[in-house]
Amino acid sequence: MSIELIISLVKANIVLAVLLTNTILLIWFERKVVAGMQSRVGPDRAGPFGILQTLADAIKLLLKEQILPSKADRAMYLLAPLIALVPSFLIFMIIPLGPDITVEWQNALYTIPLVGADLNVGVLYFLALSSIAVYSVVLAGWSSGSKYPLLGGVRASAQMISYEAAMGLALVPVILYSGSLSLVDIVNSQSGNLSSSIPILNTIVSFIPKWNIFPQFVAFGIFFIAAVAEVNRAPFDLVEAEQELVGGFHTEYSGFRFAMFFLAEYINMFNMCAITATFFLGGWLGPTFEGILPPIFSVIMPIIWLGVKTFLLLFVFVWIRATLPRLRYDQLMELGWKRMIPLSLVWLILSAIVLGLREFGLPWS
Amino acid sequence: MEIFEIVTYFVLLLLVSTAVRVVTTSNVIHAAISLVFTLALTSVLFLLLSTEFVALVLVLVYIGAVIVLFLFGIMITRAPLGKNAELDNDKNKKLGAAIAGSIFFLFSYILVNGFDGEVIITSGSSTELLGEILLSRFVFPFELVSFVLLAALIGGITLARKDEALIDEDQV
Amino acid sequence: MISYFQDYVTIGAVLGFGLFLVVLLLGVASVLRPNKPYAEKLQTYECGVDPVGTGWSQTYVRYYIFGLLFVIFDVEAVFIFPWAINLEKLGYFGLIEMFVFIFILLIGLIYAIRKDVLKWES
Repeated sequence: MSIELIISLVKANIVLAVLLTNTILLIWFERKVVAGMQSRVGPDRAGPFGILQTLADAIKLLLKEQILPSKADRAMYLLAPLIALVPSFLIFMIIPLGPDITVEWQNALYTIPLVGADLNVGVLYFLALSSIAVYSVVLAGWSSGSKYPLLGGVRASAQMISYEAAMGLALVPVILYSGSLSLVDIVNSQSGNLSSSIPILNTIVSFIPKWNIFPQFVAFGIFFIAAVAEVNRAPFDLVEAEQELVGGFHTEYSGFRFAMFFLAEYINMFNMCAITATFFLGGWLGPTFEGILPPIFSVIMPIIWLGVKTFLLLFVFVWIRATLPRLRYDQLMELGWKRMIPLSLVWLILSAIVLGLREFGLPWS
Repeated sequence: MEIFEIVTYFVLLLLVSTAVRVVTTSNVIHAAISLVFTLALTSVLFLLLSTEFVALVLVLVYIGAVIVLFLFGIMITRAPLGKNAELDNDKNKKLGAAIAGSIFFLFSYILVNGFDGEVIITSGSSTELLGEILLSRFVFPFELVSFVLLAALIGGITLARKDEALIDEDQV
Repeated sequence: MISYFQDYVTIGAVLGFGLFLVVLLLGVASVLRPNKPYAEKLQTYECGVDPVGTGWSQTYVRYYIFGLLFVIFDVEAVFIFPWAINLEKLGYFGLIEMFVFIFILLIGLIYAIRKDVLKWES
């Protein structure tokens, strides 16, 4: 077996382990924070501070009976949770966790990029996998053989595709600034500090890191809101709200298959926050404190910085859920089509004009 | 045989079997999902040919948008669960297979002879080259594409729009 | 050959492991859980009463229009990505071309908004 194959398999295992552990902690974290914001305690029985609550829930769902409705289409019913869960593992592969590390093994220097897969077209890969997630909703809704899941499935998928268009168009200014579709290049282009051609402004802004959120705050806003809508989280979770369409598209699912939808939503939430941190908040960039701390930290600090930024965004996700009321469906679709897509197109044109002026000078000179 | 050829033949075998499933099954949604798998395997073929941009665009646009549109159309109109008897057309199966096979052989002959082992991209990332060529040599077709999309948009909206004169009062 | 496609082999490995893990868990679940189906339990859920009618109800054709609009904007985004990478090489000429492209599709969106297809509920 060649060394590259071994590296691939090791990376695959690490990615899966990281994702699953993070998801378990994330579900606990959300329940505790939402409980705190609602002046209650949250889970605190299973394990210290209730950390093992998610594991207990997962084991309970494993042991529940699987009720396959008599009218359901068996093949699609079984396929839908798989389509929900497996692509969410794949999105985490392209997120860069740190700069290249060089190891010496068997007298040869190996440069291992700390990313699962450094694709040339990472952005497209991310958008393509988000598009596949729509299928799980559509298939689950149709194959349950009942009215409410069908309605819920069609509405949920219409919501998801509306915000996917906004998401894709909001990412174009980021690509304009970094000049590449690969996420490693996008993170590397955010290193350093801002600069300006006006000297007075230069002294002020040179303390600000060159993260994409500072010139592109509108794109960040659009992308973040679209990410919340894409994961079907509050305030955009009308389609799985219990008061509305019963359970939405996952009404007829029970046992571990329901757990798969649930897990897929949280893994997607984690992925979206990590991707937002990579595109707009500079990914793993941050001071590594090289002189002060021992050298092993220069490998770990980037991962910690990425974790801190992702954690902050996750906290904002949970905060939004605990605070804002749910949007009505027509308000939701109107927001997506009438406000976010025109805004993202206009912002794209403005960013392109600003970049063009900066690169080529004035058109008549 | 190299591993590359083994993988290519394996993908081709799966591709043919899913494509056959698309046209022989009598359950509409099963046909749509088999079409999804066929397109996914085609995208893997494009990946094996080192054109990752086209492969991912195939997934993003075809699988992510076009087949979702098909599924919407099926579900909104009738969403039949289970086998659909009117999809089974036993009368003209042999004639249909003969015509399909002859078209297939004609196309493959034309394509193989037309390209004849020519290498188009020798270096560089396919996306950058595509962008350069698209906006320098092929500007006119590029702008025409925008008009075609506009026409599709307006056509679809005109066909599916509700006529204001026929709106009744109890529309929720 | 593997070194060229290494990234995709890694993705394939994650896909394979993920599928294997999920199928394993499903298998474990199917061994451990009870399975006693009877006719009333297998009925579809309709707020606790007996289900009425078939498993289908009529929805608006508006969802199809959303799908159509999404196809158009997805294709537009796909055309914008190769341009966005090559901004320096294409100069002002490329900028103007792309603005024409986006403008024509903005006209389409404004037409859709003005014709009230995106209005009402859903």
